[in-house]
Amino acid sequence: MRPMDKEEYGRRVKAASPPSPVGKDCCFAFLFGGSICTLGQFLGEVYQGWGLALADARTAVSVTLIFLSAALTALGWYDQLAKYGGAGTLVPVTGFANSMASPAMEFKSEGYITGLGAKLFSVAGPVLVYGVTASVVYGLLLYCFPALGGLA
Amino acid sequence: MRRVGRGCLAFERPPALLGRAAVGGKREAQGPLGADLDKTFGDTSLGMDTWEQAEAQLQKEAVALALARAGLGPEDLDLIFAGDLLNQCISSTFGVMGYQVPFLGQYGACSTMAQALLLAALAVESGAARQAAAVTSSHFCSAERQFRLPLEYGGQRSPTAQWTATAAGCAVVGLSGRVKVRGGLVGKIVDLGVKDPANMGAAMAPAAADSIARYLRDTGTSPGDYDGIFTGDLGAVGTALLYQLLAEEGVHLQRVHDDCGLLLYDRQRQDVHAGGSGCGCSAAVLCGHLLKRMEQGELGDILFCATGALMSPTSQQQGQSIPGVCHVVHLTAG
Repeated sequence: MRPMDKEEYGRRVKAASPPSPVGKDCCFAFLFGGSICTLGQFLGEVYQGWGLALADARTAVSVTLIFLSAALTALGWYDQLAKYGGAGTLVPVTGFANSMASPAMEFKSEGYITGLGAKLFSVAGPVLVYGVTASVVYGLLLYCFPALGGLA
Repeated sequence: MRRVGRGCLAFERPPALLGRAAVGGKREAQGPLGADLDKTFGDTSLGMDTWEQAEAQLQKEAVALALARAGLGPEDLDLIFAGDLLNQCISSTFGVMGYQVPFLGQYGACSTMAQALLLAALAVESGAARQAAAVTSSHFCSAERQFRLPLEYGGQRSPTAQWTATAAGCAVVGLSGRVKVRGGLVGKIVDLGVKDPANMGAAMAPAAADSIARYLRDTGTSPGDYDGIFTGDLGAVGTALLYQLLAEEGVHLQRVHDDCGLLLYDRQRQDVHAGGSGCGCSAAVLCGHLLKRMEQGELGDILFCATGALMSPTSQQQGQSIPGVCHVVHLTAG
């Protein structure tokens, strides 16, 4: 076969590969993500109605959504929703819960220590590492330049 | 055995297929070739504790069914060439261990069935084995957890992604039979720089084009001389690219070509995106569908060209591209 330039082949691969349906994906992400957030808002109102303070009600909302996400993951339904929801199910706290629950289920077969325990953060780990690091950097900046706090 | 042209192999005493069997999971049973599979499992765990054990069970079943069709027992096999996609080929080890047949583990990613079949035929013709078996498997769930993400993780698949088949195929090779292994070609590693693991068909198409073009040139044949040329697991994207690459060589494959990854599933109905993949895909299509059609006289002369993407999660995370390989096996009936 005639040797082909990698760049030329790369252009052909791009032309031959159907793109992800970005418009449809965005609409579904908006609807799914929006629905999850609306559910959160509704739960927040209910919890406040039951007498919880605003901060406590918000915590209870997170706990409820995390529970629901983990339960749906365990039932094998979350990935079916996420197939359509995409970023809409990934970005809210439900996505984070799913990224913890799914490796816990998957790697249980290698034992509770070397499997579940070691692999629990295999998807969510980077989010924690860089999330915590960013918060430390932000904290230091705030300590050195208190005026930044006024901007928040 | 003699060499033809630059790299082709032609058997002087062509070995024959004595038995064959294909097994699959639920999605494969629901696909267009469901009726051609010898046994299918609605429960893809096959009643085992882990996905890896389930895949090993697929190989075990495929070997048992192929031996039964050949009217042989494990003691009649002098060699078994077995392969799969998992690290250290554990599905093969645990799948065929119980048969106590001298074992050579194989790895060629999704091209492994062609590799194993060619080696089994070489072993039989050379006299190294009276009868030899070639078996390969893949399982969607064991492949996902090794190469991608946990099964229940909520993510979206790209339209170019392929679906790893839950399937296995086994062929038993001996000296006399209706379907003969005439020859073949061992593929070279070809890399045109594709890095997207969700586009394996594109990564493997150059290897398929290279091996098919070399085989046709060395044997002085053209696609029209065959009843079918079947690539293993290029899917829709890889197939389109294969046609382009070969057209530049003046080879027009469309009329006689089909792809195992496109045959195993109905893409409109089964949500497999660009098609099937995995060692078990081309093995099941060959051993369940193509060899059956050859036995029934519908296909007389075919090229089976299984393609493999030679990558690992490590090479991919380190930014390496995905090299491909394609081995050709020439089969005739009658």
